[in-house]
Amino acid sequence: MESINYQNFRIDAENICVDYNGKVALYDANLRLKPGQICGLVGMNGAGKTTFFNALTGFVNISKGKIRINGESVRSAQKDQTIAYVPQSEGIDSQFPINVWDVVMMGRYGSMNIFRCPRESDVQAVKDAIERVDLTDHLSTPIGNLSGGQRKRTFLARAIAQRASILLLDEPFSGVDIRTEKLISELFIQFKNEGKTILLSTHDMIHVREFCDLVLLINKTVVAYGETSEVFTPENITTTFGGISPDFLFGPES
Amino acid sequence: MELCSFLTLDSLITDPLTHDFMRKALLMSSLVAAVCGFLSSYLTLKGWALMGDAVSHSVMPGVVVAYALGLPFSLGAFIFGVGSVALIGFIKQKSRVKEDTVIGLVFTGFFALGIVLVSKIKSNIDLHSILFGSPLGISLSDVKQTIIISLLVVILLSIFRKDLMLYCFDPRHAKTVGINVLFLHYLLLTCLSLAAVVGLQSVGIILVVAMLITPGATAYLLTDKFDNMTIISVLSAIISSLIGIYISFWFDLETGGSIVLAQTFIFLFAFLFAPRYGIFKLKKFFAGYK
Repeated sequence: MESINYQNFRIDAENICVDYNGKVALYDANLRLKPGQICGLVGMNGAGKTTFFNALTGFVNISKGKIRINGESVRSAQKDQTIAYVPQSEGIDSQFPINVWDVVMMGRYGSMNIFRCPRESDVQAVKDAIERVDLTDHLSTPIGNLSGGQRKRTFLARAIAQRASILLLDEPFSGVDIRTEKLISELFIQFKNEGKTILLSTHDMIHVREFCDLVLLINKTVVAYGETSEVFTPENITTTFGGISPDFLFGPES
Repeated sequence: MELCSFLTLDSLITDPLTHDFMRKALLMSSLVAAVCGFLSSYLTLKGWALMGDAVSHSVMPGVVVAYALGLPFSLGAFIFGVGSVALIGFIKQKSRVKEDTVIGLVFTGFFALGIVLVSKIKSNIDLHSILFGSPLGISLSDVKQTIIISLLVVILLSIFRKDLMLYCFDPRHAKTVGINVLFLHYLLLTCLSLAAVVGLQSVGIILVVAMLITPGATAYLLTDKFDNMTIISVLSAIISSLIGIYISFWFDLETGGSIVLAQTFIFLFAFLFAPRYGIFKLKKFFAGYK
């Protein structure tokens, strides 16, 4: 008899439920992801995508179910810097007086001492991360002066600097320029080869086909989950979006 | 006309310093301003202006009760400051009333309780000095309390400077990398209560919220770097306090009001002439001449 080895899964969410003051945001949701897998999280606004992310990062508590990150609790995943969260553009105050370098340095806070004094290795990690997202010319630019794409890359660099093995990205492609989109897709391939696990939410169906090995369709609970080629069908998408035809979402040619 | 010869700039500045109460007022108000200015950066970025107003008004009954019982007034103020925040959180969670409404009704309730208590408790409480501050009449025991509380707040804010910035900027990331967000939330609230307690001596309960938000708002218009924002905020708070006290001395005006007015004028100046974010954008103006 073979028992399931939870260590094999980077993310293992089992029957999780989240409610806010009695209002159910997500119920009986399951997700299992292995190293090197990229999974798309697809659903309407209010379908529980951000809630799912919040549950995985421990930002909200789950009322039922179990989450294991690398076989351990969310709490120890936080301590180990296992998960990085890249917020959607609307999720942050772009007028906050902070520059690119300092934002990316925040990726290192969790592994610094209490005063958050950067060590040599932290500085190096930040430098490398900023280089990978091609923002070396903008080290001291306030985030308010960046374009939407540059700001997105800044937060991606923060996740890279954190050296997390799991990346959660909330709408990584929304409001970005072509150059950023290309850079992000290249990074995804690199991340995959490095064995990182990626969960990204998106409205864009084409991106799902392009990048995602797996897809998780949700509408308060899991509508369908599996290999993109098998699960990402017009029927499932229609169900997920409450009856709207996929033609409307994709355009008629797909 | 004779008078004019005495009123040199030098004597205007130095004469008040010959009075013991003025030296004390200038020193203590600068200290209080520095503490409030430091905290101000966080409160304006976090959007806690209304919370600052609530806490500062809610300390009123605490001050009255502490005076009546002969306890340090900062203790009473602190308990009611934190208590008001707890109550706001509780009512918000347990009812469908919106947050700003809850804040408004809780702090006015506490404030009213304070006023009723003053009228009932027979003591030598000077309502005027609680409401409007009395930096010129600060007692020795108040000085001690103020110094201790100020140091405490400055030390706490200095230790958790970066964490608090991260908490204001992106609490979700803070949580994700294992930083205790709940602790930071209550730390900021505690500092807010303590700063309100020391601030009310300078400008009184009614205006203390100005000490907690105006310097930060001024600094926010002048810089894009958080550290600079803190420095500018502290400096503008101290300068306003000094200007306010001098002006109130020269023209025999209410001191607390003068301090806050000085802060308001500095803010207006920044609002109009800040290099990048001012109405007239001086930077562009000068660039045009090059």
